[in-house]
Amino acid sequence: MFQHRRLNSEITFFQKIRDLDYILLISILLLSSISLFVMYSTDGGEILYHTKSHFIKLVVFFLMMLIIAFMNIKLWHISAYLFYFIIILLLIWVSYFGISVSGSQRWLNLYLIALQPSELMKIAIILCLAKYYHRLKTEDVNKFTTLLLPIVTIIIPMILVLSQPDLGTSILIALSGLAVLWLGGVKIKYFFYSFFSFLISLPFIISFLKPYQKLRILTFLDPDRDPLGAGYQIIQSKIAIGSGGFYGKGFLKGTQSYLDFLPEKHTDFIFTLFSEEFGFIGSILLLLIYIIIILRIIKIGMFTRSTFAKLFCFGFAFAIFVYISVNLSMVLGLLPIVGSPLPIMSYGGSSMLATMIGFGIVMSAKIHHNQNIA
Amino acid sequence: MIRGSSSIRKSDIINRRMFIVGAAKIVVFTILISRLFSLQINDNKKYLTLSDKNRIREWKLPPTRGNIVDYFGNIIAGNLKVYQLHVIPEQVENFNYLISRLQKILKLSNKKVEKIKKKKQQLKPWESLIVSENLTWSEFLKINNYLYELVGVKPIMTISRNYPFDDIYTHVLGYVSQPNEEDILNNEIIKERFVPGIKVGKLGLEKTLENDLIGSNDIQRYEVNAYGKRINQLEYQKGKQGTKVRLTLDTEIQKLCADLLKGKAGSISVMDIYTGEIIAMYSSPSYNPNLFLFGISQDDWQLIRNNPLKPLINKTLSGLYSPGSTIKPIVALSALENNVVDPDFTVNCKGKIELYEQTFHCWKEKGHGVVNLKEAMKQSCDSYFYEIARKLGVDRLKITADKFGLGKKVVGDYFENEKSGQFPNTSWKLNNLGKGWVLGETLITGIGQGYTQTTPIQLCLMTAQIANGGYKIKPKILTDDNQLTSEQIREVIKNNNSTNSYKSLFKDPRNIKIVKQAMFSSTNEVRGTSYKSRIDDPKYQFAGKTGTAQVKRISKRERELDLETSQIPYKDRDHALYVAFGPYKNPDYALSIIVEHGGSGSSNAAPMATKLFKLIIDRHDLRKENIKLKNQLPNVST
Repeated sequence: MFQHRRLNSEITFFQKIRDLDYILLISILLLSSISLFVMYSTDGGEILYHTKSHFIKLVVFFLMMLIIAFMNIKLWHISAYLFYFIIILLLIWVSYFGISVSGSQRWLNLYLIALQPSELMKIAIILCLAKYYHRLKTEDVNKFTTLLLPIVTIIIPMILVLSQPDLGTSILIALSGLAVLWLGGVKIKYFFYSFFSFLISLPFIISFLKPYQKLRILTFLDPDRDPLGAGYQIIQSKIAIGSGGFYGKGFLKGTQSYLDFLPEKHTDFIFTLFSEEFGFIGSILLLLIYIIIILRIIKIGMFTRSTFAKLFCFGFAFAIFVYISVNLSMVLGLLPIVGSPLPIMSYGGSSMLATMIGFGIVMSAKIHHNQNIA
Repeated sequence: MIRGSSSIRKSDIINRRMFIVGAAKIVVFTILISRLFSLQINDNKKYLTLSDKNRIREWKLPPTRGNIVDYFGNIIAGNLKVYQLHVIPEQVENFNYLISRLQKILKLSNKKVEKIKKKKQQLKPWESLIVSENLTWSEFLKINNYLYELVGVKPIMTISRNYPFDDIYTHVLGYVSQPNEEDILNNEIIKERFVPGIKVGKLGLEKTLENDLIGSNDIQRYEVNAYGKRINQLEYQKGKQGTKVRLTLDTEIQKLCADLLKGKAGSISVMDIYTGEIIAMYSSPSYNPNLFLFGISQDDWQLIRNNPLKPLINKTLSGLYSPGSTIKPIVALSALENNVVDPDFTVNCKGKIELYEQTFHCWKEKGHGVVNLKEAMKQSCDSYFYEIARKLGVDRLKITADKFGLGKKVVGDYFENEKSGQFPNTSWKLNNLGKGWVLGETLITGIGQGYTQTTPIQLCLMTAQIANGGYKIKPKILTDDNQLTSEQIREVIKNNNSTNSYKSLFKDPRNIKIVKQAMFSSTNEVRGTSYKSRIDDPKYQFAGKTGTAQVKRISKRERELDLETSQIPYKDRDHALYVAFGPYKNPDYALSIIVEHGGSGSSNAAPMATKLFKLIIDRHDLRKENIKLKNQLPNVST
């Protein structure tokens, strides 16, 4: 499958189909079907709103992913900055005209879908910085001026998302961006410097946090502080996962979820429900699928010729890894609750849209691996 | 080419850095997997328990109380099916409309409706609201007819305490009602088993035997959701009914007591003279304990509370009376025991004696003439007893009275409200009234007036202990299957005087015999005070002593007037008393009768004994056959 073609040669449609990455495709399909079953369980063992909606989104976005896969990766290189700017504009738009849900203004009402631009920014920032470092000479990477621009690129969307307020997504955007910086060759000492300055400025940052965000951090440090209030989610999530045991309670038999002890079971805590019903063994299998996806993306990244595609693939693989680990750490009580979905599994269109676009670009990178990008 | 090599170098950097990140990923995933392992494998048990604690909630239901039965196994405090009306507020669409419908169907008062609405505020919407605790059968049927339009209404069948003999046993059993805070705080078991709707003993044996009677709760286990709503029932664990308690009382005799004292204030107690078993214990008037089960109505309560005959007082145990002449057997016995007099000692009764310028009257104004002990007892000559009391002294008299149980609680283990009364002596007066004893007080103590205060049950015990030949017995109200029967105890007493566990209360058995004979003549010989009430048939023949206790000092003017009882205001009339045992030849039972403000003992108390002994002795064989209940009745009655 991984056979190099001649540089910049025309690829036929048949070749494109042949060169699709089927391992990635099958893994995504597998994950999608698992997510449908889990969504069916959150609906209490019936095909209700969440299951239907999730199914429709999966079908639409999956097809979109295939279309993206067949498009030349060059197009993404060309439009990367534009894409980034559009999302920035959307983020500004959201802060003025967005829909507010439980005190957080994150969504744009697009009639068909409530779009969350911050989710798309997770992809846009990788595309944008990948293009930046693709064009930058290796010698120039660690110059002050060339370093400043990507940092600003990261900070602007961070601030916009943070003000929604949405700490979780903001952190995920930052981590995705920093990953590309790292891959682009920024010296390790700069990461250390910025890490230490972050630590020093932490007290100031905390003073700017919203009360509910402070509460979440305190609750993370001691969930039993307020077991019926802020600590409730963490405690109930741990109970659900822990009581699942090795084999789990069985499909549709997760008492914690169907008796409504689990909060946010459709979205951020979807893994908790899965883990309660399918146990340790199910959780490991699910993780395995994610690991296969990540490894596959890395493999494709290594196979592609252009720096842009490489940076995108590695950056995206890292982003997927970060999404998964932040989400799991959260539901396992290892991190404070910051609100981050589990890719594909969680209910929510924007997150799925962003992830599917990412997969699409990765697949396109494989099909067009020999594409020379100026 | 330069560009190419730069690009290769660039991808080298990217690949290398990718692998460094990869290593970090492995570390993170390892941490996540070990966390999963620790939660799901290591701590699985802990979290499974927590998850069950989340989802399973127990609902305790009121326990079923143990039955209380009489000697023959008849249920005197049982359990009855009652029909109740519950409403589950969350299932009701329009609560106010429903309540007004129910008000029409059940004819509830506006006040009651207000109460129900108030109660609803305190409940969670899925908890059942008790609209009516006790529906009649016809109301229950009516509700069932309308049920299709009354969504959220649940007619329920449950079990409640029931006293089939209404007021016959009230002072023995007490009654049950909803516990108040004090009841719950003072009893750990009630605290543990408390549920709304539970009834606990408020008085009498229902209270003292609470921990045996209460039983354990039925438990329903439900799966509930995060909001506490019941999803489905997992288990129904039946509780244990409280222990059955069998009393020594005989319902037939109890009924007769109630009948005899109808409309009067007073008390009758009957006791087995060997086992100490209380056969009957009735305080009149009584009240219906069933009224208290679902909260007594204000009207009923006022009726009971304001009754001048004081139904709330258990006169048998907490009514304090001067024993009057019923004390004379003890005075005579004490004098004989202390060798102050012998049976042939005589006194010439002139109707009164003078002492230190004070006149002490005999009840018979003209006097009895020369009387010996037997004659004095028979005719209840006060002058004679003044004289022997004077010779005896109050201190020696008290020792005998104490031995026979006067001034001490008799069944205080079972009845919180029993009073001890008192029998005075010189030091008692000094300690309690701070004054020295006066000889005149000895004289009136000798005829059962003055400071002496006794309860009817004490007089009964005293008589029983004289009747059994002077042996100490322990009165009881609960049956004990391991105890000796009266026959066996009688044999033990007869055969062996020194080593048996029955403590003799005399120095010389002949003295007891003399007193018993004197009591016999009082009832069975001409001019005896209770001669009119005698039964000649030896099977029923009994011996007794009348008493007439003054409730106020008789003034000189009143003595001259010599009024009939009916002419004296009720409050000032004498109490009529009678103590007796029978059958005389081989006694089995003793009794005491008190009629408050009844007038003279001989005409108002003694005649009751005639009817009582007829019934008591007729039932004696039946009682012997039922020493152990042959065919144990099932504990649950419905």
